[in-house]
Amino acid sequence: MVNLSIDGKKISVEEGTSILEAAQRAGIKIPTLCYLKNVNEIGACRLCVVEVEGISKCVTACDNQVKENMVVRTNSKKVRMTRETNIKLILSQHDFRCATCTRNGNCKLQALAKNFNITENDYDIHFEKNNWDKKYPLQRNNSKCIKCMRCINVCEKIQKVGVWDVVNTGSKTTVNVGNNKNFDESKCVYCGQCVINCPVAALTERNDTEKVLKAIDNENIITVVQVAPAIRASFGEQLGIKREKATEKKLAGLLKAIGFDHVFDTVFAADMTIMEEGSEFLERLDEIREKKLPMFTSCCPGWINYVKKEYKELVPMLSTAKSPEGMFGAIIKSYYSKILNVDDKNIFVVSIMPCIAKKDEVTWDNYKDVDCVLTTREFISLVKSSLIDVESVEEEEFDEPFGEGTGAGEIFGATGGVMEAALRSAYYLLNNKNSDADSFKEVRGLDGYKEAVFDMGNEKIKVAVVSGLGNAKKLIDDILSKKVTYDFVEVMACSGGCVNGGGQPIDIYKKDIEERAKVLYDIDKSKKIRFSHENNAVINCYKNYFEKPLSHKAHEILHRNHIEEMKNIVM
Amino acid sequence: MSRLEFITKDSNEAVKEELYKDLERRIIASPTGLCPVELTNAFINMCLAQSCGKCIPCRVGLKQLLVLYHKILNGEGELKHIDIIKNTAETISLTSDCAIGHEAANFAIKSIEGCMDDYLEHIKNDRCTCNSNQPVSCVNLCPAHVDIPGYIALVKEKKYDDAVNLIRHMNPMPITCAYICEHPCEIRCKRNIIDSPINIRGIKRVAIEKSKNPKVLDKYEKTNKKIAVIGGGPSGLSAAYYLSIMGHEVTIFEQRKKLGGMLRYGIPNYRLPRKELDREIDFILSVGIEVKENINIGKDITLDDIKKDYDAIYIAIGAQGDKKIGIDGEDAKGVFSAVEMLRIIGDDEKIDFENKKVVVIGGGNVAMDVARSSIRLGAKDVDIVYRRRKADMTALNEEIAGAEAEGCDIIELMKPVKIEKRADGSVKGLIVKPQMISFVKDGRASVKDADEKEELIEADVIVVSIGQGIDSTQFEQGGITVKRGVIGALTTCMVEGNEKIFAGGDCVTGPATVIKAIAAGRVAAANIDEYLGYNHILKHNIDIPLVEFDDKNPCGRVELKLRAPKDRKNDFEPIEYSMSDEEALQECKRCLRCDHFGFGAFKGGRNTKW
Repeated sequence: MVNLSIDGKKISVEEGTSILEAAQRAGIKIPTLCYLKNVNEIGACRLCVVEVEGISKCVTACDNQVKENMVVRTNSKKVRMTRETNIKLILSQHDFRCATCTRNGNCKLQALAKNFNITENDYDIHFEKNNWDKKYPLQRNNSKCIKCMRCINVCEKIQKVGVWDVVNTGSKTTVNVGNNKNFDESKCVYCGQCVINCPVAALTERNDTEKVLKAIDNENIITVVQVAPAIRASFGEQLGIKREKATEKKLAGLLKAIGFDHVFDTVFAADMTIMEEGSEFLERLDEIREKKLPMFTSCCPGWINYVKKEYKELVPMLSTAKSPEGMFGAIIKSYYSKILNVDDKNIFVVSIMPCIAKKDEVTWDNYKDVDCVLTTREFISLVKSSLIDVESVEEEEFDEPFGEGTGAGEIFGATGGVMEAALRSAYYLLNNKNSDADSFKEVRGLDGYKEAVFDMGNEKIKVAVVSGLGNAKKLIDDILSKKVTYDFVEVMACSGGCVNGGGQPIDIYKKDIEERAKVLYDIDKSKKIRFSHENNAVINCYKNYFEKPLSHKAHEILHRNHIEEMKNIVM
Repeated sequence: MSRLEFITKDSNEAVKEELYKDLERRIIASPTGLCPVELTNAFINMCLAQSCGKCIPCRVGLKQLLVLYHKILNGEGELKHIDIIKNTAETISLTSDCAIGHEAANFAIKSIEGCMDDYLEHIKNDRCTCNSNQPVSCVNLCPAHVDIPGYIALVKEKKYDDAVNLIRHMNPMPITCAYICEHPCEIRCKRNIIDSPINIRGIKRVAIEKSKNPKVLDKYEKTNKKIAVIGGGPSGLSAAYYLSIMGHEVTIFEQRKKLGGMLRYGIPNYRLPRKELDREIDFILSVGIEVKENINIGKDITLDDIKKDYDAIYIAIGAQGDKKIGIDGEDAKGVFSAVEMLRIIGDDEKIDFENKKVVVIGGGNVAMDVARSSIRLGAKDVDIVYRRRKADMTALNEEIAGAEAEGCDIIELMKPVKIEKRADGSVKGLIVKPQMISFVKDGRASVKDADEKEELIEADVIVVSIGQGIDSTQFEQGGITVKRGVIGALTTCMVEGNEKIFAGGDCVTGPATVIKAIAAGRVAAANIDEYLGYNHILKHNIDIPLVEFDDKNPCGRVELKLRAPKDRKNDFEPIEYSMSDEEALQECKRCLRCDHFGFGAFKGGRNTKW
């Protein structure tokens, strides 16, 4: 243990603790901006500076460790003066027209400026030009970038993709696509982890809310909306409603209040996905065993982009099932348009997703049934701009005939959820009876790399569940070097799964992914039906239209050909 | 009022004098990878500040150049601006009244012509081709990329074994380098900004002297692959060391009686003690390497034989060949090449210079070695004859000063014309033609014949030290690619068009430094391993001590002291003393720890595996 004093408080912490963490433990607040625990501890913003007795220079608290008998002062005159000057210098290069910023009220720099009581700034303002192409789902605005480098390290260290880098030198140093490449040529998979870790609005999604409002306003267009499981776990956070009141029925009520004609739950399509993907898995089991390569889930577009850019040889092992979102779009534009007896051109399908990559997914070939994707954040802004009194909006049911979703479909939003749902139905398919719904809970939890073997009656199935592309890379490298073999692997590009998706609400003070995942597992537990194959809406959908999983029609509408599609990916 | 004043102190000027010195040191400490456009812009800005303002091209032209540079740097550049900059700069260069103007413009011309790609990248894509991806200058500039801040921190904590182990992770010859490395790591040391570079080599010397139980990296399992290393110099030894750790079976084929290459047969004992060299070689061999000495490729064994028996071959034969000066009389008795003389000394054989008058031709480090060795062999008089000025010599300043202090005379600006023989065919002396210094060509002052008569410098012995060549004949005949006298290897050490053959060190680069040869050996080891289908990662888990937060007040650099010339010139014993403990501590404390502070904290100041 190391003994030191911070602001007169004597404390004792383990060796290797940073000054910042030591202070936090002593209940002393040190401001940070660029700091991201274990990911970005680089002392770039110089706002966490403190004074250490015996040293004339200020010391950054985030990347320096405590030493025996260190005497630290976190709020001396020198510290206050230098912090204030540094924050003014940061502001001098940041486009702080806050009123028109998507992060207004939710910006770390804005909050710091307010807390530091910065009311004027003598420095001239020079912010970088913003010349990002507006067409991309992911938007970078360098006039707001404060060069905290978080995006670089999140992409490099957690996702192991490495899109962003420091470019240029000296006074022209900035952050952009590395290796002198254009964004088109980068390996970006649109996971959006950089976006949710950006302290300001330098990284955002493309704002598509106008497009949706235009469709709602057009009387000749029928608007259909679907909402992903992970949204119900997070949408209340920034609408000022308590967790218990932020139910999926409240969500349905809000979507109706916005003016969508038909409001559906993607959970239904998640159950459809299980029927298709689960059946496909059992059908491909011989191939899997022979090739010693697992089948990979295909619902995460960030993951699909990643595997197509980085591991082309594994593309044939992806499930051909479309994502729930894609399946739903296809069902609306085929089966549902028939039910409604309208031309599918007059139906505008909107998906509310916790994800930026979904905005990319709907541009893929054979995937264009969804007309527009909004992130959770855009949905929240839509609720706010529609001047809806959230409190007074009544809870509503999702619309029929796709209103029903099972507990299995609900947990799609958390890492392990797709696997668990698939195993529940696979067990049924293999044994013609259900297991206990919680039999496969070993794959739950926020661990980035989980593995388990399940006894499925006559078969033992070895599965792995990874989230975060860095973990996916580790798993794939292990598979390709033949260190491990699995039958079935679930991959989600974002750590923790969709509950931590790139389109989810950003809280500059805390992030509780576990709490979000718990919402989904609680719903699962409370559901009467917890097996996808028991979903009546799903059963009817097959009865009335698709016949059975993997039927010719199902293949045509609910599956896709990855290898064909790859031809269109820019390598 | 007085008619005249004699000003001794002008505080304003004194401050500026200091600032100039600060700037000079700062420029020396420039990190690699800076943007040439922004740098040129900054330099022109400084030149403009120096302008007296009298003439238009300097006063206004430089200002306009800056406007153009700003445009390019701010993404408002157009292709036409390149021509405008060139035109303007040329005009300034041609019409400015003094050097302040025309040399400033030359900055722009040199920069734009030499770094055109970068200017175009700024204009077309508003970005730079350069980036600061090498945070630690010393590590970056060390050809072997040794973790220098790491071992300095370890020496400071007196963890000498860890320090040596850390060096050996990237460079298996820390003892050798502690004595004779040319320390390119020190050139851009950030400490220059404050005072002067850290004495890195001196600190390494402390580490190797105090380390008691250095350890070899853990060896990998046997692969049963056989690798032949041809040449037991620093490059071959380094490659053999790492390859052996990777589990391969390594055999070194050495032409001479003993291993060491130029370290033994080129560098005299007083600079690199044999005892220390043997300690180094013993450590390397302790990993289990077979050595076959006295083997001449082509004579005792053919390259084809080796090809047949081994899975991969590393050629590291060095540059051991003589270079003839090509003047009459070179065949006289008493004419040696430097390589020949140092080889005799290396094998501890007798060479009689007692009371002889020796003339050394050349101005490189090897010339200094032979001159200083001649003194030690009892020569009564040693002259070093050089075609250019002393300032133009390629030898390190400390080597030149050492030679002079030991009694060698440097005769500058003399071109050897002919060697005079006595009747018995022995050397009578060297006829030289006086030279005068002339124009600068490619950055170096050239010489031309002066209008003066040839002179005779009397000599009993003449040692020609004008560089070394590579004996590549055997290899060329064996089908190895040889280009312009050196073996044609890629930066990966692979030899183009030759299956399973790698090459590195002096035989590829031409005569260069020991650390470059060592670095090439490691590169070859990694790529041979990969070529054989393996990926043995060499990893260390040495804890690097935390940074201290000491204030970095300016402090002088500790230099290594030397034995007095009057003593040291009588023997071949080592001439350099090591640092004391307190000196070492102070020197280590000066290190700015770029691995932790600055860009190092962000882009990682440390590679623990390769």
